[in-house]
Amino acid sequence: MAILVVAEHDNAQLRGSTLNTITAAQRLGGEVHVLVAGSGVAGAVQAAAQVAGVAKVLAADGAPLAEGLAENVAAQVLAVAQGYSHILFPATAYGKNVAPRVAAKLDVAQVSDIIGIESADTFERPIYAGNAVATVQSSDPVKVITVRTTAFDAAGATGGSAAVENVQAVGDSGKSSFVGREVAKTDRPELTAAKVVVSGGRGMGSAENFKLLEPLADKLGAAMGASRAAVDAGYAPNDWQVGQTGKIVAPQLYIAVGISGAIQHLAGMKDSKVIVAINKDPEAPIFGVADYGLVADLFTAVPELTNAL
Amino acid sequence: MKVLVPVKRVVDYNVKVRVKSDQTGVDIANVKMSMNPFDEIAVEEATRLKEKGVVTEIVAVSCGVAQCQETLRTAMAIGADRAILVETQEELQPLAVAKLLKALVDKEQPQLVILGKQAIDDDANQTGQMLAALLDWPQATFASKLELADGKATVTREVDGGLETVALALPAVVTTDLRLNEPRYVTLPNIMKAKKKPLDTVKPEDLGVDVKPRLKTLKVTEPPARKAGVKVADVAELVDKLKNEAKVV
Repeated sequence: MAILVVAEHDNAQLRGSTLNTITAAQRLGGEVHVLVAGSGVAGAVQAAAQVAGVAKVLAADGAPLAEGLAENVAAQVLAVAQGYSHILFPATAYGKNVAPRVAAKLDVAQVSDIIGIESADTFERPIYAGNAVATVQSSDPVKVITVRTTAFDAAGATGGSAAVENVQAVGDSGKSSFVGREVAKTDRPELTAAKVVVSGGRGMGSAENFKLLEPLADKLGAAMGASRAAVDAGYAPNDWQVGQTGKIVAPQLYIAVGISGAIQHLAGMKDSKVIVAINKDPEAPIFGVADYGLVADLFTAVPELTNAL
Repeated sequence: MKVLVPVKRVVDYNVKVRVKSDQTGVDIANVKMSMNPFDEIAVEEATRLKEKGVVTEIVAVSCGVAQCQETLRTAMAIGADRAILVETQEELQPLAVAKLLKALVDKEQPQLVILGKQAIDDDANQTGQMLAALLDWPQATFASKLELADGKATVTREVDGGLETVALALPAVVTTDLRLNEPRYVTLPNIMKAKKKPLDTVKPEDLGVDVKPRLKTLKVTEPPARKAGVKVADVAELVDKLKNEAKVV
């Protein structure tokens, strides 16, 4: 039995989510292979070969794979899928986009967003915004799975020396093309991998006021997040959204500022190790999950906290 | 251009569900049911495209129990022209729904299928991508902007780290994210009009689709509860706790 992990990468390097997914693959108890599908992937392939516990890296290098288009990447996964008992993707925008195409073509169910592995065919996954956890068993011959990255530690990025096998890259589907990408440039850590996250909600009041959180985040080396209300109001960019349908985070420290704590938001951050809530409403539901709650006006408390750290 | 809009009946997003004590599932008896919010965004988008004259007909589809008719009526109150219910008592998983939708697409021949990126009950985020794969159509998931012109869909997608734009040759599948639009409130006159719009019912066997679940749910449990912590008096106490008790700064 061998297990295939489909790597998320930027051609030069692996994304952190790949390392968490490899850990989940190792728990299944088989040889772990990693597929790196992209264009000019030498850097990412080398990085994958060094990950502890990886037995083989499949390198698919071709122009149609450059931008990670779902049609082409899914075709590439299917081209090498033969013989694998499990195919794992990170449950990120990348993995969620591609995995169901692979599952449907194999005529198997997909198990989404697993947070636990009971055995090679039985998995735990959150449903209803994490308000319940389902244990599901798959009877399909191949298990196509997306892995919630915060539920599994990252595999060691070094220590491995996997064999690299070049595989034939697929051609272009001819049905979709990449037009462009707007990626926010930031020196801050990636939201889903950050040790500290500072998040703001509707209570911030405006995009201008939201900047109040920046010095605090700078001081803590934190990523910045936001509630859906803050994103919808235009205070923060959409890729900062933490919650059921946004990013799932589980940092060492999560500081929620002016966030009331709708269940959809809690679904995205309640596995954080320590949660701090700052809100002027003592009845806000966020205090129900916060380790430390401060009932205060955020406009005085946040600068004070920034100075005191 | 004809558009197919699949909609799912789910527990309303404001309801905090309870896990049944026998661990067989969550208790959905007597709770408010609504259209999956992402599907509502899909119906709204299709309706706006029709108002712009790009789309000529909107067909709403739902798969599930007889009460899904209410969800379809809501879709028609927003703007769908007619509806199809694939009625079954069987638990439907995403692969089965994708197969049912494929059968309807083969029959209806729409140029675009637009649906929610995920349902807020099972949080699977699979159906649109699976449908696209079964049809061999291109897809654009997590859409925050959609433009149709010259046989192409140009779609801006919400991805990790920012936005990405792809162009798809039609026919195609698009799944909606939150920022695509803000659905309108349905008005009473439109609710009345929706009651007169045609709603057909078919069975999975009429479409030749086996909907047997592939995943067996062994149990459903409460997630580990998080203990509410303490309220601190001021910033100084907070900093002290973070440094000396939690040791996270």
